[in-house]
This record gives sequence, structure tokens and C-alpha cells, in this order.
Amino acid sequence: MTDQSTATEPSGPGGPPPARARFSPRKRQQISRAVQYVVLVVAAIAVVLFVDWASLAQNFAKPEVARETLPELFTIALKNTLIYSIGGFVFAFLIGLVLALMRLSSVRPYRWLSLAYIEVFRGLPALLIFLMILFLPLALPGFEVPGGLYGQGILGLTIVGSAYMAETLRAGLQAVPKGQMEAARSLGMSYSRAMITIIIPQAVRIVIPPTTNQFVSLLKDSSLVLFLGVSGEYVELTKFGNDLASTYANATPILVVGVTYLLVTIPLGYLAARLEKRQGKGR
Amino acid sequence: MTPVNHAVEIRDLHKHFGRLEVLKGIDFTVEPGQVVCVIGPSGSGKSTLLRCVNLLEQPTAGKVFVEGVELTHVDVDIDAARRRVGMVFQQFNLFPHMTVLENVTIAQRRVLKRGKTESERIARDNLDRVGLSEKADSYPAQLSGGQQQRVAIARALAMSPSLMLFDEPTSALDPELVGDVLTVMRKLAEEGMTMLVVTHEMAFARDVADRVVFMDGGVIVEDGPPDQVIGAPQHERTKSFLRRVLDPTHTDV
Repeated sequence: MTDQSTATEPSGPGGPPPARARFSPRKRQQISRAVQYVVLVVAAIAVVLFVDWASLAQNFAKPEVARETLPELFTIALKNTLIYSIGGFVFAFLIGLVLALMRLSSVRPYRWLSLAYIEVFRGLPALLIFLMILFLPLALPGFEVPGGLYGQGILGLTIVGSAYMAETLRAGLQAVPKGQMEAARSLGMSYSRAMITIIIPQAVRIVIPPTTNQFVSLLKDSSLVLFLGVSGEYVELTKFGNDLASTYANATPILVVGVTYLLVTIPLGYLAARLEKRQGKGR
Repeated sequence: MTPVNHAVEIRDLHKHFGRLEVLKGIDFTVEPGQVVCVIGPSGSGKSTLLRCVNLLEQPTAGKVFVEGVELTHVDVDIDAARRRVGMVFQQFNLFPHMTVLENVTIAQRRVLKRGKTESERIARDNLDRVGLSEKADSYPAQLSGGQQQRVAIARALAMSPSLMLFDEPTSALDPELVGDVLTVMRKLAEEGMTMLVVTHEMAFARDVADRVVFMDGGVIVEDGPPDQVIGAPQHERTKSFLRRVLDPTHTDV
């Protein structure tokens, strides 16, 4: 463009020159950092001085009580937590995928149904859903959730998870570039064949990070099965810890159970990061 | 009775996007073995025309025949028809989650139901044709743009199409990579493949094409041998377009 007639309004040279500061920016930064360290040290000293460590250890980290949680902590509680949450996750994923495909369907009633399901179950507290399942036999006489208590727990987590999974997977499906479907169709693949071989595998890779978060969230929500009245061999981590804590009138089992949750969730985060990295290579 | 001697026949093709009329009545044929280059300014409808040939765009009106089969017929088996038509895209559109070899075999296996051994043999033959047999186990992201585009050509060729469509195949490439892709296309033309190419590569159109079609504003303005359309254009619109393309530094603004 050779048009030079539109000269822009000359702007001021950046306002008046700044007044001479008392400290240079570097000096100010040093002072600020020193203050932050002092605050930290003071806080640490206060915690050390004011907490009654003996009583805390007695209540939260009593080795004798911790020992009592074994081996059931792993053989029953953790096992059940994993059964509930993995079961719930698998079904939530599958149903979420169906809902996501319905949401993108060209058949309008499918879109409505999917949207209604998502809006309803995304908006309800997980606890409320578990309570509904508890009262399901009253509402539907003769109806029984297959799989007994495991089935009920997994059903609850499926309902909680699927609405979120549906939205995540829909975003993943829509994030696959349009050219992928066009390329697949131009090779003679049908719409559903292209979805299965080309689009869904890429969408699943895209949603790995949010899906990991959802699994962690289901893992934590699995604690809600205690409202189904589980006991004995069906207890999961939280219920297990709570029961033992009552028995011994000591909070150590709660701490032990907390650590056990972290034993699962933290490696999971690393695994997801690695998966994500590996998939990234193919992009 | 539809004539079966044309590779592509298009009759009075119209395409609207909402209120925008992109194609305003196109009549045009491609004979078997012909290489036809479609040139024209951006927005002239040339890509849309190409995408109507395998129905990636649904025409608003008009008829499209490929080897005598009417693709615009309501009961056509479009997936079957598309197997005969290879398409190469500007953005390559390779499947990023698959290796090069899988990219070239997947449709053979899933669509043509060829066996593993046979599809891999055909894939390797076609990768060899585009000079990339040693890249079979790479992922698309590990290849240059030019290599990706050649894989895309091999992927389309592996379906044994009778017609190849190219939608600006070199427009997304760095200038030094354009030559590799054009060489592959030239070889393909010499082997007798029927090709419909939307391109801005005037040298390619002049050397390789049997016919050049100039489009502007949704209509075909000029259609003839390259010497005529590029060498001695009759219409003012063609002349002005060619001036801009062939001598961009002396364009009047």
C-alpha cells in the first residue's frame, strides 16, 4: 500500500519522565523477596511452637492403629474403591461416547435426549444420585440393579461420570480437524466407518488429560457408596477408614486412607502425562 | 441413457452457500486419460467445483457423472463411487495417529477388504512410486510437508482410482518442496492417469495439462489447450488474472 495520507495522531512520548524512585527496581525486588522469606520462617516457627505434636501424632499417626488397618486396607478397601471407580469410569466412558455421538447426530430427537441427560445429571450433586439409587427399589418394585452392591455403586458413578464424559468427548470429537473426515470419506469410508477408525481414536487422544481428571474425581466420588449402606466385604476406602476410626476412637485410619488415595492418584497423573507426551509425537 | 465415455461429466452445476452463489451453472467434461488444470482467482469456485466431483460438497442443482455413474442421484452408493475417485487435499489430511504404512493400507483393508499382505504390498508399491518407501514406519508429523503430500498421493493411489482430484496440492508447501510433489504428479500424468487439478502452478499447467480451464466468479470463462488459455487468452478477465500471477511484481494496485 502506498497510501500515506492517513498520518496517525502523534501520541505523546510516553507521559512525563518518572520521578526518581527512592529504591531502584532491583533493590525493591530484593527487599520484597526478603520480606517473603521472613513471613515464611515466622509462620513455620509459629506452627512448630503452637501445635501439640505429641497429641497430633497420638491422634493421627499412631503406629499401632495404623498396623490394624492391614491387610484389609489393600485387600478389601482399596480393591473395592478401584472396582467401583474403574467400573464406573468404563461405563461412564462408553455411555458418554454414545451421548456425545448423539449430541452430534443429524437426528434432532437424539440431540435433545442427549442434551437433556447431560443438563440433568451434570447439575445434580453426586450424593443425590446415590440416594436416588438407594430408593430405586421403592420406585420400581421388583427392579434390582444387576451386580448387587457393586452394581449399585458402579451405576451411581456411571451416572455421575457419563454426563461429564459426554461433554468432554464431544469437545474432543469436534477438535478433530474437518479434513480428517473428508479424507476418510474421500477414500470411500462410510460415515460410521470413518468415525470408528479415524475420528474417535484421535478424539480419545485429545481428551486424555481431562479424562484423567474425571477418573480422579470418580475415584473420590466412590466414597459416596457408603450411603448405599455397604458393609463387610463391600466397603471402600473412606467407609473403611471411618469405621476403624470409630472403633479405635483415633483418626489414624483416616490419614492412612488419605495416603492410600494419593498412592493411586499421583502415579495416575504421571501416567497421563506420559501418555499425553507419547500421543503428542504422532501429531 | 448416460454416456459412459466421459471420465467426468458435469451438467449445469450450481452451488449455493446460504445466499452466496459459488457455482453459477458449470458444464464441463473430462475424458479418460486427460489432465485438466483448473485455474482462477481465489473465490472463483474452482475448489468447490472439484469437491462437487466426489460430492464432498453437495451441489445445489445440476448433475455430476463419474464414469457414467450419476453421483447426484438420490439413491447412489456414494461410498462405492468415491472408491474410484482419489482426492489429494491442500492440507494433506494424513491420519496423524497412524504410521505412513497404516495411512496407505487402512482404507484398502477396511473399504476394499484387501488382506494384510496384499494391502501392504500395494502400499509399498505406491510409496515407492512417490519415492518414500523408506518412510513407511514414520508418523506424518515426522515428515516434511512435501513428503506428507506425496504420502497422501500414495494413499489415494493405493485404492486404484480411475480419476485423481488435486485441490491446490502445493499451496501449503514451502517453495523448495513444491517440485517433489509436482514431479510425482507429472509422472502420474505420463502414466495416463485421468487428473483434475486445481492449481496456481502455471508452469505445471502449461507443461503437463491437456486442457486448462479458467474460472472466475463461479463460471468457466475459458476452456482449451494450455497454449491457448495461458499462452493466448481471449478474455480480458483471463488476461488480467494471468498478468497478476505470472508477473506479480508489476501488478497495478
